This record gives sequence, C-alpha cells and structure tokens, in this order.
Amino acid sequence: MEAQSSVNLNAPYFLELAGFDQLLQVLRQEDYRVIGPTIRDGAIVYDQVSSSADLPAGWTDVQEAGQYRLKKRDDQALFGYTVGPHSWKKFLYPSTMRLFLAHRRNGGFEVKEEPHEVPRLAFIGVRSCELHAIAIHDKVFLGGSYTDGSYQAHREKAFLVAVNCGEAGGTCFCASMNTGPKAGQGYDLALTEVCENSRHFLLVEAGSERGAHILDEVSHRPARPEEEAAAERAIANTAQQMGRQVDTTDIKDLLYRNYEHPRWDAVASRCLACANCTMVCPTCFCSTVEDITDLKGENAERWRKWDSCFTTDFSYIHGGSIRATPRARYRQWMTHKLASWIDQFGSSGCVGCGRCITWCPVAIDITEEVRVIRETDAVTLSKKGNGNGN
Amino acid sequence: MSTKTAEVETSAGVYVDPMLPRPYRVQRLRQETSDTFTLELEPEGGARELEFEPGQFNMLYAYGVGEVPISISGDPTKPAVLVHTTREVGMVTRAMRKLKPWDSLGVRGPFGVGWPVEKARGADVVIVAGGIGLAPLRPALYQVLAARKYYGKVVLLYGTRTPTDILFRRELQQWHSRFDLEVHVTVDRAMGNWRGNVGVVTSLIPRAPFDPHSTVAMVCGPEVMMRFTVQELERRGVATENVYLSMERNMKCAVGFCGHCQFGSEFICRDGPVFRYDRIQSLLAVREI
Amino acid sequence: MAIENLERILIEHPFFDGMKQEHMDLLVGCASNVRFDAGQFILREGEEANSFYLIRQGKAALEIYAPGRGSISIQTLGAGEVLGWSWLVPPYRWRFDARAIELTRAIALDGKCLRQKCEKDADLGFALLQRFSQVMVEHLQATRLQLLNVYENR
Repeated sequence: MEAQSSVNLNAPYFLELAGFDQLLQVLRQEDYRVIGPTIRDGAIVYDQVSSSADLPAGWTDVQEAGQYRLKKRDDQALFGYTVGPHSWKKFLYPSTMRLFLAHRRNGGFEVKEEPHEVPRLAFIGVRSCELHAIAIHDKVFLGGSYTDGSYQAHREKAFLVAVNCGEAGGTCFCASMNTGPKAGQGYDLALTEVCENSRHFLLVEAGSERGAHILDEVSHRPARPEEEAAAERAIANTAQQMGRQVDTTDIKDLLYRNYEHPRWDAVASRCLACANCTMVCPTCFCSTVEDITDLKGENAERWRKWDSCFTTDFSYIHGGSIRATPRARYRQWMTHKLASWIDQFGSSGCVGCGRCITWCPVAIDITEEVRVIRETDAVTLSKKGNGNGN
Repeated sequence: MSTKTAEVETSAGVYVDPMLPRPYRVQRLRQETSDTFTLELEPEGGARELEFEPGQFNMLYAYGVGEVPISISGDPTKPAVLVHTTREVGMVTRAMRKLKPWDSLGVRGPFGVGWPVEKARGADVVIVAGGIGLAPLRPALYQVLAARKYYGKVVLLYGTRTPTDILFRRELQQWHSRFDLEVHVTVDRAMGNWRGNVGVVTSLIPRAPFDPHSTVAMVCGPEVMMRFTVQELERRGVATENVYLSMERNMKCAVGFCGHCQFGSEFICRDGPVFRYDRIQSLLAVREI
Repeated sequence: MAIENLERILIEHPFFDGMKQEHMDLLVGCASNVRFDAGQFILREGEEANSFYLIRQGKAALEIYAPGRGSISIQTLGAGEVLGWSWLVPPYRWRFDARAIELTRAIALDGKCLRQKCEKDADLGFALLQRFSQVMVEHLQATRLQLLNVYENR
C-alpha cells in the first residue's frame, strides 16, 4: 500500500509550465510511454512525446467540413487546438492485432494463445469528448457478458491526462452532445491551460488515487481563486464557440421512424463510401478477422482489423450484401451512431468531436443530416399539417 | 484477447476464451443432399463436452481458411457428440466438406439465444422449417420429444426445393411414423414418382392440426419464407408474440464486438439468432437494414 | 350415401362457412360423392371444366405434362382443400391435369348446373365467387413464393 497522497481529489492546483514538463518526466520514470499531441504531415496527431517541446505549442487548427489546416497562434499555448485525425482508440484498440497463432500437430492443429505485451501508456491531452469515447468503448468491450481481454489490459494500464478545451473547433459540437468541453470524469489528471494577458500556466486536478500519487511528485500548489476563475472563463468561453450543434431531442425515435426518408438518397449521392468517417470516429468499433497461413500451411494466424460498415463486404452473406447501396450503409452508420447505440449501450455513440465532418472528403456533415431529417420528419410535418401524413 | 480477463465461465463451469477456437476432431462426415452435409465432432484431448441450447450456434474454424457461424443440429440431451449441418456456400464450408474422419476443426461457442423450448411447455408447438433451416430446429424438436408429455400437439412443417433436397430423410420418416408428432413435408417442385406434397411450406399451415390460441411457433428458413410463414400463422390466429424466428447476418466475432451482425439495435449473435417476431417485426419491413 | 349425409358434409366444410341455407340447398342438389384410386386422373387438361371438388380425404396433384420431361407436379391438394376453378371462367376448360396420388374421396359439385343458377341468382354468384377468389388468392401467393425459389443456392 502506497502512502496517502497529500493531493485532494478534484481540487485545483496550480502548475507552472515547467511543472508540466516535470509531469511528463515523472510519468516516464514511472515506466509510462508518454503519448501526446504532436505535429506530423501538417496535422496534429498522437505520438510519443518527451517534453513540451514536442507539443504543437503556438499552433491551432482550422477545421470545417472537409477541411483541416494548421495555423500559427498569437500565443504559445500548448493545447490551443482541438482534435486531429487520430483518436486514442488506436492505442487502446489497435487497428490490427493478431488474435492467435495455430500450427499443425498430430495430424490436427493446436491454437496458441497470443501473449499480449501491453505497454503502460500515458495519454497527454485527452479531450472531454475523447474521455466520453473511451467510456463508450468501456461499455462496448467490458460492459457485456463477454469482455475483450486485450482492450481491458490496455485500458487498465493507461494513464489519462485530460485537458479541458480552451478553444472549440469549427466542427465541434460536444456542448450539444453533453460530452464537453469540460472533462467530467474518467481521467487520472485533468489540466486546464490559461494563456491570457501574458500569463501562461496550467491548473491540474486529480481524478483518481493514481493521478494524485503522480501529482505528488510534481511541483504544485493550491490554485488561487482568480486562477480558478480564469480557468473557468476559458472553458465557458469554449462552450460558447461551438462550430456546430445537434438537437438531440427524441433523436432515437426520430431516426427510427425515418428509415425511408428521402434524405438518405441525397446523402448517398454524395457519399463515396470511403469509410474515412468510421476510421476517424473515436467510438466506431467494428472489426473483421483475416485468417492466413504460411505457404506450407504449417502455421496459421488470425488477425483482427478495424472494419467499416461502409464496405459492401461488411454485410455479406452467401450470395450478396445486405446493405448493397451507399444509402443503406450511410443510414446504418448514422442511425447506429445516434439511435440504436442508445438501445445497445445506454448512450449515444456520438461524442460531438466533429472528426467525421472534418475528414469527409465530400464534406458530409452529420449535424446537417440530423437537422434536415428533423425539419422534414414525416411525423412532425403531418402534425404541422403541411406533410402528407404517410 | 487471451489474458485471463477475457475468459468467461460457461454453464459447465469451465473457463474458456471466447475468441480462441478449441480443436475438435471429425468423427464422421455425412453428405445429406447434393449441397448439404453433417459433421459429427468430438473434442480433442478429452476436453469437456459442449452443452448447448437448441438454436444456438458455434463458430467453426477450418484451419487457415476461415471461420463461419453454423447452428448446432444435434441432440442437446446427447452433448458428447457435437453435430453441425450446413450447406456448401463459400470457401470455408467448401473446406469443411473435404474433411475426413480424424481431421481437426476449430470450435468457438456455443453462442446466442436459442428457441423457447422450455417456455413452450403446456402449449402446442409448430415448427416450420425451410431448406437448411431444418438444421437449427432439429435440436428443438429433440428436446420437445424428450419431454413430450409436457407439450400439446407437436407439428413439424418442412418445405424444401425438390425431393432430393430433403434433409434428414430417414429421421423424418421415423418422426412421421410417431403418433405423437405430426410431420408434413412439401417440396417446391417435383417430377416423377414423388408421392408427397408439392407447394410452398406456407400452404401446409392453414390445415395443420394445432390450436392457434395456444401455440408457440418456431420458424427458420430464408427470410422471405419466414415472412410469408408469419403471415400465414397470423391468419390462423397465432399471436405474433408466440412466433419465433432465427435470423442470419454476417458474423465475425459472435460476442457482440465486431458489429457485423447488427439488425437495427439487435446484435444477431448476442441478442439472437432466435428472436420473438413482434420484437423485430418493424425491422423485417425495412430493406437493407 | 344419403342426401342428408352430403348436406352435413357440405355444411361442415370450411369452404361453405356462412352460406345461406337456401344456397346450401341448391348446392346439395348439385353435389355427389366421388372417389379416385391412386394414379387415377380426376380431370384432364383441355377437357371441359364442368365441376369442382371438395377433397375429403387423400391427396391430388395438379400436373402438367412436358414431352421429354414427363409430368411435372405443380401443387398438391389434400383434405379440406378445393380443387378446380376453371368451371367458373370461360372457356370452361381445364388448364392442368389433376391426378389422385393416393386414394382420394371428394364431393364433386356440378359446375355447369351452378353456373346457370348463379346467372339467375346474383347473391349465390357473389357468395361463390367470394369463396373462390379467396382460394385463388391463396394459390397465387403460394405460386409467387414458389417462383422466388428461396432455397436456391445463389
């Protein structure tokens, strides 16, 4: 049993910028591989970082439907941008993973358990929407009668340093999904960056005993009321800046009763079925398996890979695809995300991060699709008396 | 997925990783019709026998080729032999068809929710099967017959393509000769010396001897056949909440992780494959769902 | 068999459920008991269609003969079912063969006689057409399902 931490859970502490680097160092000393935002190929991605110098200090991102670019900021904020094409799912739920090895033996075969060498990962800069996405995956992979052992092992070892958003992106809509911009729970430590009037500091809160013990090792002091107020201001400001919004009132039934809405045809006429939205989505969890052998057939392997409901193979059963048209596939994706997910896992599958909007090559916007369906909802229209009521 | 935490406790109290195939050996492969065959399997190396509920399925792994969901067609009261009947429709089932006695096959399972055999006690039981759909229904019939006195009338209505496509022919004849079981077989097309019924399986429903107000119907076959069957059962007066269907979709993991088998908000692998009709009625009406 | 017996069989037959007594009386007058041994033709393609059959027992097959392929069975009918409606529509000729597969007992109704009675009594005509259209729809639906060839390996 470790000594009691002097840090109070959920109390704000003041952290100098140097303290942030100290935090990364402590995590490394604790044998964590530290993963955080960094710039690569003109985008902010998640990769190994060793100090604040690796972070995109002084950069922000400009996001719109189908558009993403980086831009210099007026200040040196470490977290002055929103989410990029990566999400943490690629670390907790690898895009390709071997499930087992098998080899021939005694005229039959033997299946070997796959040893999982799960690294201790510390995630730096987990946004509130991403914490929600991780909580959603927890329900998917750990909440049912079966659990995904690999996910569980990754998850248990991951140390989460959240950051409250000081800025909302053009495609963000977490406020209307009730998933941000302030991190509520599910983190070990949560940071708020304040970068105003030539002051630049961080506030930090511990959300777990594990987080408190790490914070013990980092220079900090209780935050002063005006520092707290500055942090609250920054977050409140973000909530006001949301680039998008979704009216989620009755959204499950809205989509369930609009399976035959003509809007699906309209969106299908633009959708390339490229699967980008499912790859960048932090909650999309579909996978497929691939069985392979070596040339002599002595050894066989099964690999699990991310899959997408936008492929025709996804719903293939002997002879044909159930969802043969892009219309059906887009409808499946969006209806699953916003409606059937609620029946399956008790919450929406959308966390309002806006990635699917930004990274859609033809700028399809899920918030716009919901808005149009809501405005032309057969039921609502017939109530208003200007629909045909069918 | 093979850490300790990935394991679940089965009804037999054994811990197994649901994602790892366990090797079974082929005892026997019987060609049933030109494109269907039955595999009788036994666990390799004295592993425990596999208890299952009628209507459940296993993921069968042909070494190095791939894995497919196949319903269990054997007798749940005789779990020593694991029996699967399937049709040769793709790469994996083609590889399985070529298996010889003592060859190995991987098995994961059993998975899913089966037929309401216990719940049907006290009522008449109508089993309507189309084509290979008889395979997942056979365990239900075995279980009903094993506790025959608890059920009212028991009727099996089976339709298939032609007389040569009739599955479990010898067993059907045995069942036919029982006095406590009504068996009607029909084929869509017949030539020559076929003396049985010709016509679709739904045409057997209007005159089948059961009390529609106290009947549990279990239906399995191609989706179109099931939809027509439900209509005919409804016309007889069977309440939709007493009709059960077994659904089929693409499956990869069988435990609700891979997302492939979604049918509206249902995961066929986990919430099905057997569903109460009234629960999925609205989904069946949506194309490409 | 006595007339009373025939009447009872007709009244109890689901096909005539809800028929008026006066119409039943007419029907009984047109009815007769028939039996066909296994293999025996009940009606032949191309022949005049002057009757229909309420099958009481046994099984009959609707067949068509194709040179080189033999007889193809389209549908079988059993106890409780109605065989034949060509007597209702011109040119009043059978389109298929019907053959008893096993010993089959039925009530034959004289369609020629009924046609004349229907001409005079629109009520009777409607009551019969209503029942036959029900049977025809059932067969049409079944045939459509048959056409789908749902068990075919795609």
